[in-house]
Amino acid sequence: MTDLIQKEHLNFFQDKQGRKGIFAWLLSTDHKRIGLMYLYSIMVFFLVAMALGFLMRLELIKPGKQIMEPETYNQLFTLHGVIMIFLFIIPGIPAVFGNIILPLILGAKDVAFPRLNLFSYYLYVVGALFALSTLVLGDGPADTGWTFYAPYSVRTGTNVSLSVLAAFILGFSSILTGLNFLTTIHRMRAPGMTWFKMPLFAWSTYATSWIQVLATPIIGITLLMIIAERVLGIGLFDPALGGDPILYQHLFWIYSHPAVYIMILPGMGIISEIIPVFSRRRIYGYKAIAYSSLAIAFIGYFVWGHHMFTSGMSGQARIVFSLLTFLVAIPSAIKVFNWIATMYKGAIDMQPPMLWAMGFIFLFTIGGLTGLVLGALATDVHLHDTYFVVAHFHFVMFGGTGYAFIAALHYWFPKIYGKMYNIKRAKTAFWITITGFMLLYFPMFIAGFKGMPRRYYNQLPHFQVENFISTVGSWVLITGIILMITNIVIGVRKGHKIGKNPWNGLTLEWQTDSPPTIENFDEIPTVTEAPYEYKS
Amino acid sequence: MTLHRDDEASKMGMWIFLFTELLLFGGLFLVYSIYRHKNPDPFAHAGSELDVFIGTINTIALITSSLTVALSITAIQKNKPKLAIGFLWLTIVFALVFMVNKYFEWGAKFEHGLFPGQEHFMSIDKGEQLFFFLYFFMTGLHGLHVVVGSILLGFVIMRIRQKRVTHDNFVFHENGGLYWHLVDLIWIYLFPLFYLIK
Repeated sequence: MTDLIQKEHLNFFQDKQGRKGIFAWLLSTDHKRIGLMYLYSIMVFFLVAMALGFLMRLELIKPGKQIMEPETYNQLFTLHGVIMIFLFIIPGIPAVFGNIILPLILGAKDVAFPRLNLFSYYLYVVGALFALSTLVLGDGPADTGWTFYAPYSVRTGTNVSLSVLAAFILGFSSILTGLNFLTTIHRMRAPGMTWFKMPLFAWSTYATSWIQVLATPIIGITLLMIIAERVLGIGLFDPALGGDPILYQHLFWIYSHPAVYIMILPGMGIISEIIPVFSRRRIYGYKAIAYSSLAIAFIGYFVWGHHMFTSGMSGQARIVFSLLTFLVAIPSAIKVFNWIATMYKGAIDMQPPMLWAMGFIFLFTIGGLTGLVLGALATDVHLHDTYFVVAHFHFVMFGGTGYAFIAALHYWFPKIYGKMYNIKRAKTAFWITITGFMLLYFPMFIAGFKGMPRRYYNQLPHFQVENFISTVGSWVLITGIILMITNIVIGVRKGHKIGKNPWNGLTLEWQTDSPPTIENFDEIPTVTEAPYEYKS
Repeated sequence: MTLHRDDEASKMGMWIFLFTELLLFGGLFLVYSIYRHKNPDPFAHAGSELDVFIGTINTIALITSSLTVALSITAIQKNKPKLAIGFLWLTIVFALVFMVNKYFEWGAKFEHGLFPGQEHFMSIDKGEQLFFFLYFFMTGLHGLHVVVGSILLGFVIMRIRQKRVTHDNFVFHENGGLYWHLVDLIWIYLFPLFYLIK
């Protein structure tokens, strides 16, 4: 009898469900194990792409050729983009924390389709292997940039087909994950958890999943057309053969602009979880935050044209796209104001997750506001394809999504592993990282404003100061990231044990064991209150 | 893990998947309409080279197959598994008719040198090239869906035999049927776009 009770309380690391050795991981349909497999894979790819970025910065430390040929540089920035976008930032938060936390936060035993979930993971692995195989196979990695713009992507001799196929497979994995989460959120919420008692992380995952499902097929078919055009030599997008390269840009951005909301929305959900917990206050404007996620997902479909202000569009179309771009900034701003209002008069506890979350708000605000500069027609014509765009993009994507990812890692770490990392070291890592971040990316705004074009392996002498600071910043940033990861790894191995709810969270995932059992809850909880009812 | 069954969830998953399939073809329909708008005459000319007769037979075959798959679902609901299997086989036969016709149709185009990359193909008008490229790409992708759908229906037959699909547990069968209707639906748009519009 005692044996039985003991068995029931094995956590998901101990309970191998009769599988041996590595198969306890590879064949498991448990959402937490799949999420962790994603986490480890994603971290590896992140480090690879970070190393590529480090090399690019080294090349740009001063004018003239430093360490690589121009062709190599083109391949590096393409691979850096493809890995960071398709292997890290798009799957990042949904596949890792969506998988591990979403069922827990909803009070469910697993996702709706556990086997499909494992299948998505394997699609991700196959796609990743395809992307990385371009390094060693055939004519080397693609040199087109991650956007694969035609006609160059149709004509270049490098291994574009394989990279594009990789993106296609990864897209399929993304669709299936989105489909799984949508069904999970509709069907598997705990009794009593109505839509408006659902935690905000689930809301943002819900909005994200719709974008994944509705936008990804378009890029899928477009990428297949690129492959067909390369193989058969038809002028679908190549103007020399009667095709239309602008059409490619439209099709590409019809997906890829909504895709940036796939990247940022889950991050916003995480911040909405962390801020109330560490301010000990009820979230301000719950419904406004929930609805603004849906608004971002919806309006996000209609703004793709702002990537193409300089590539040939009618004046009317440009004005409409510019206006819509301003509109999409409103729901993002609503969220920022609500987070700050939540912190106002709260008992703020500066734990590492809160530090990273506040880093997010700071960097995302800069990134968001500079986005408006790019969304306005007159300024965009000046800044298009300069380092200003690179800086803006890294502020919202790394400073936004990347910081949210790290915040989530520090927030849910004790839940996942049942242990705690070294808090002091985590805070040190944060301060080093954000210093490096500002040194690395802020000078790019200035260089871009002065006219330095992106994607060049060389530079004019009068951009030298900015580029030098930027390269030094990359060293500081990488030091911080490595310290952060080391701290996490030491925490996994040697961290001291911790109870169910170290942060005093009120959402459902904190009510179960750390680490949770295979079925998450001994008894499915019933929800009676809204998620963040801190009594003050 | 305890077995958890939720038919609503399974159907919802299938419907969302069908949305993605529609959007996948949606991208192609968009490309088709833009190039048709840019090259009206070459498209009309190239379209007249397709065989409306074979296209019509294929349309009838697919629409009838949608009927038979629906009948098979009604049969399983009324607890007549043998009848359901019979209708499913009939559906697969219609799919075979469709694919055999397609084979001859494509074969004829190939003989006339109209497949992308062939010598004659490279010499025709750029607009007609686009038409034939889209024709092969879109009907090819659709043909792939016919094959996948038939295999899926084969699995349904297998599960009915194993009594894993029964009169009170037929969501897998229904999902197979939904997918088959999608295959039919897409063809209903492909047929006029390539064969009928002049």
